[in-house]
Amino acid sequence: MVQLTLPKNSTVQNGKHWPAPAGAKNTRSFKIYRYDPEDGRNPRWDTYEVDVDACGPMVLDALLYIKNTIDPTLAFRRSCREGVCGSCAMNIGGRNTLACTHGHADTPGKAVQISPLPSQPVVKDLIPDLTLFYAQYASIEPWLHTVTPEPQTEWKQSPEDRSKLDGLYECILCACCSTSCPSYWWNGDKYLGPATLLHAYRWLIDSRDEATGDRLDNLEDPFKLYRCHTIMNCAQVCPKGLNPAKAIAEIKKMLVERVV
Amino acid sequence: MTDTRGGLPDRPLSPHLQVWRWHITMACSILHRATVFALYVGVLLLAGWAVALASGPDAYACYTGLLGSFLGKLVLFGLTVALLYNVAYTVRQSFWDMGKGFTPKTADMTGVGAIAFAVVGAIVVWVIAAQTGAL
Repeated sequence: MVQLTLPKNSTVQNGKHWPAPAGAKNTRSFKIYRYDPEDGRNPRWDTYEVDVDACGPMVLDALLYIKNTIDPTLAFRRSCREGVCGSCAMNIGGRNTLACTHGHADTPGKAVQISPLPSQPVVKDLIPDLTLFYAQYASIEPWLHTVTPEPQTEWKQSPEDRSKLDGLYECILCACCSTSCPSYWWNGDKYLGPATLLHAYRWLIDSRDEATGDRLDNLEDPFKLYRCHTIMNCAQVCPKGLNPAKAIAEIKKMLVERVV
Repeated sequence: MTDTRGGLPDRPLSPHLQVWRWHITMACSILHRATVFALYVGVLLLAGWAVALASGPDAYACYTGLLGSFLGKLVLFGLTVALLYNVAYTVRQSFWDMGKGFTPKTADMTGVGAIAFAVVGAIVVWVIAAQTGAL
């Protein structure tokens, strides 16, 4: 359901200002969303002055700088620091992206504003609860379905058929796209969202998969698939440059084609 | 769904519209919704015109007088823009239905194109209307 404003317990209040360490010459402000589940208060915006000469170029470098030198209580997910794992997905400067591959100099505005992935329950600070997102991904059964007896060697696929998976298999499930989608904001409990649908298409067009009909049956639903209104935020923000909007359109095409 | 809160209070919802920096495509999409709503109202105006026509010359003169006032003309111009935007957006959507025009750059361009078409088209329609003495 459309809910333009935040619930009462979620409105963000003004928080603390953390000055730059003494001697810092070149600083930039980072306005960061803070929420502590244990203090019983609303979330708030804390502002940190970061010495950009003392940290690396990426937003993740700045976050680690803050955690290491200013405020060790700041919580966020990160792992590979090179855009492969998808852990550090967050909203930076009003757009979802990976903190590890996004330069803080490329973020517009006076302060670099960072909040968790939009419209998700917040566990702590920049950490959203993605339980629903993962359950939706599991619901499309993202593995090879076959009925023919297993071959002696591997399942074969021609280079042409393999190339159909390009632009799909690269998805790292960071959830930047799904949580960028207003349709997913309003109907995230029923609409599967861009990431899950991109993966649904990845299995639909896999030449080795033999459950295409069942997969399409499962998607033919006013909410699961057809809440996509081609708003295009998904393709605009994908940090891997993939295009979930196009994948969703291809699924819609497949559904039409099997009727006519 | 597993309850992962561990007895802690309800989790807050992270900000969405409050922080989002809009894309052209997102603005075009909501503008499409708004213009569709405007056209619903437009159809009511059209129905009102038919009712006025059926109710006799006095009612008709009153109704056309109302629509012909400056404010009425402003509304009608807005409806012309809304209608033309819908035409352009529908063309854009039919390309999408064929799986074309999905790169963000193309979608941005076609979005701006749809707005430009609507505004320029509406001006052209009204200039023609003025020159043929319809205003």
